[in-house]
Amino acid sequence: MSGNRSIRVTAGILLAVATAALVGPWISPHDYATTNLENILSAPSLSNMHLFGTDDLGRDLFVRTMLGIRITLLVAIVASLVSLVIGVSYGAIAGFVGGRLDAAMMRFVDTLYALPFIFLVILLMVAFERNFLLIFVAIGAINWLDMARIVRGQTLSLREREFVEAARLTGVSTLKIVFRHIAPNLIGIVVVYVTLTIPQAILVESFLSFLGLGVQEPQTSLGALVDAGVKHMEGASWALLIPATLLALILLCFNFLGDGLRDLFDARHSS
Amino acid sequence: MLRYTVLRILGAIPTLLLVIALAFLMVHAAPGGPFDDERALPADVEANIAAAYHLDEPLPQQFLRYMSGLLQGDLGPSYRYRDYTVGELIGTAFPYSLKLGAMAMALALLLGVSAGTVAALRQGTALDKVVMGFSMTGISIPVFVIAPVLVLFLAVKLQWLPAGWSSATGMSRYLLPVITLALPQIAYIARLTRASMIDVLGRDFIRTAHAQGLGTATVVRVHALKPAMLPVLSYMGPAIAAILTGSVVVEEIFGIPGLGQFFVRGALNRDYTLVLGIVVFYASLIVLLNLLVDILYGAIDPRVRYR
Repeated sequence: MSGNRSIRVTAGILLAVATAALVGPWISPHDYATTNLENILSAPSLSNMHLFGTDDLGRDLFVRTMLGIRITLLVAIVASLVSLVIGVSYGAIAGFVGGRLDAAMMRFVDTLYALPFIFLVILLMVAFERNFLLIFVAIGAINWLDMARIVRGQTLSLREREFVEAARLTGVSTLKIVFRHIAPNLIGIVVVYVTLTIPQAILVESFLSFLGLGVQEPQTSLGALVDAGVKHMEGASWALLIPATLLALILLCFNFLGDGLRDLFDARHSS
Repeated sequence: MLRYTVLRILGAIPTLLLVIALAFLMVHAAPGGPFDDERALPADVEANIAAAYHLDEPLPQQFLRYMSGLLQGDLGPSYRYRDYTVGELIGTAFPYSLKLGAMAMALALLLGVSAGTVAALRQGTALDKVVMGFSMTGISIPVFVIAPVLVLFLAVKLQWLPAGWSSATGMSRYLLPVITLALPQIAYIARLTRASMIDVLGRDFIRTAHAQGLGTATVVRVHALKPAMLPVLSYMGPAIAAILTGSVVVEEIFGIPGLGQFFVRGALNRDYTLVLGIVVFYASLIVLLNLLVDILYGAIDPRVRYR
């Protein structure tokens, strides 16, 4: 029961944050790129509708923060989908074919686990100018390993189940078995692990943005806002604390949500 | 054990080669050279520079040259810090990162294992919930958020600790960076320890130990701790990688002249030989430490040797 409640609470918070990020900039009288050098680093205030204050160029931080949430969530979701596609196909092939191919493929995954990926991603971002598409692909490409392992394990056990045996005996083709009988049974665990991949993708994206390698000005993301906030934290602590708190909240919610879903999934499977 | 050790060592070699080749290719596939943003150079000067750094040779030859240098411990000259080799630069920066990382790891193990064990023994109580709540928070919040927030409160507002590297001397300047770097690892290790300790405490041999009249402290210390530490040990590989990554951020924020800072500066300056050298160095370090963990694991748990 408490597991269910934590799923509902965290999903609710995430939904609220996402809605605010979508609607907020639309309601606010300010926009994300207009500078106002007469009103820099002002504190949050209701009177001029700078709800989160302004940054060092006088831009409205509320709208920028909402925009940052949008971009952070967008990058995370797309990157997770990239890792989902790679991880599921890789794991399903290894698990279903089995034997030598499986052994070789899993050996390769083990090897990749030992790589300091983040350094390669930094290298990639620097070398090929910062384009948006590359961020998605790079983040997705480093997060598929867990997914591949889990899907492979699940496929391996599904392959031996009676209903697959029965399908094979009645002459169903291999391709059809994979799509009609194996894939639907993978959905549960895949959903759980995507929820756990999203915070990892957010982490990488905001890490890159924090180093100044992620999204470029005047666009922004939560990581870039934290980075900007650090520079002025002594005089304008809100510029750091607000995006930092929101980033922490989003990550915490995704982790709790993923954990809750996993417990739920495990409970259903063992009963 | 010998066979296991030798197999592990042989297995690490292809991994290392793969990383080096991947990093090398990436650096060389990058558009734009390290000398691009300076004034347009006369063609013959450019050719001279290219020749001096062997950039005019075909790629496979450059790779072989790099590899043979590497085998002799030579990572080549830095493109930006003239008159310095990459090896020298790493030599000056690494001691700071090593000290930082080693202290963070020690702190994480000490606090993580203790907190996890206490939570496991008090499972379901308020104490357990507090430890687990803290742990989930610690896992979720990235280092680059923890670091500035800690600096803001402990150094800027309360002035208990020095905020920057250059504003203090001795050990006090390591305190905040080490805590920041260790926090997520403390959290993760506490979770791992709690889960595996609960599992071990439910086994038959623990019941037997209790039945012999041993106290809880003795049972945990003598019987439960070693088997419960196995998952923590296998987490050491990822933990080392996480601490290396985290130290990039921590060094940037606190202004520590370590390897992470050199890496970021090198990447932004397109100092490709330096960046490549650091990637190769870190990768070798990670592979080596993973190898050590594997061998240690084999020594502690005989079952893995026969898989």
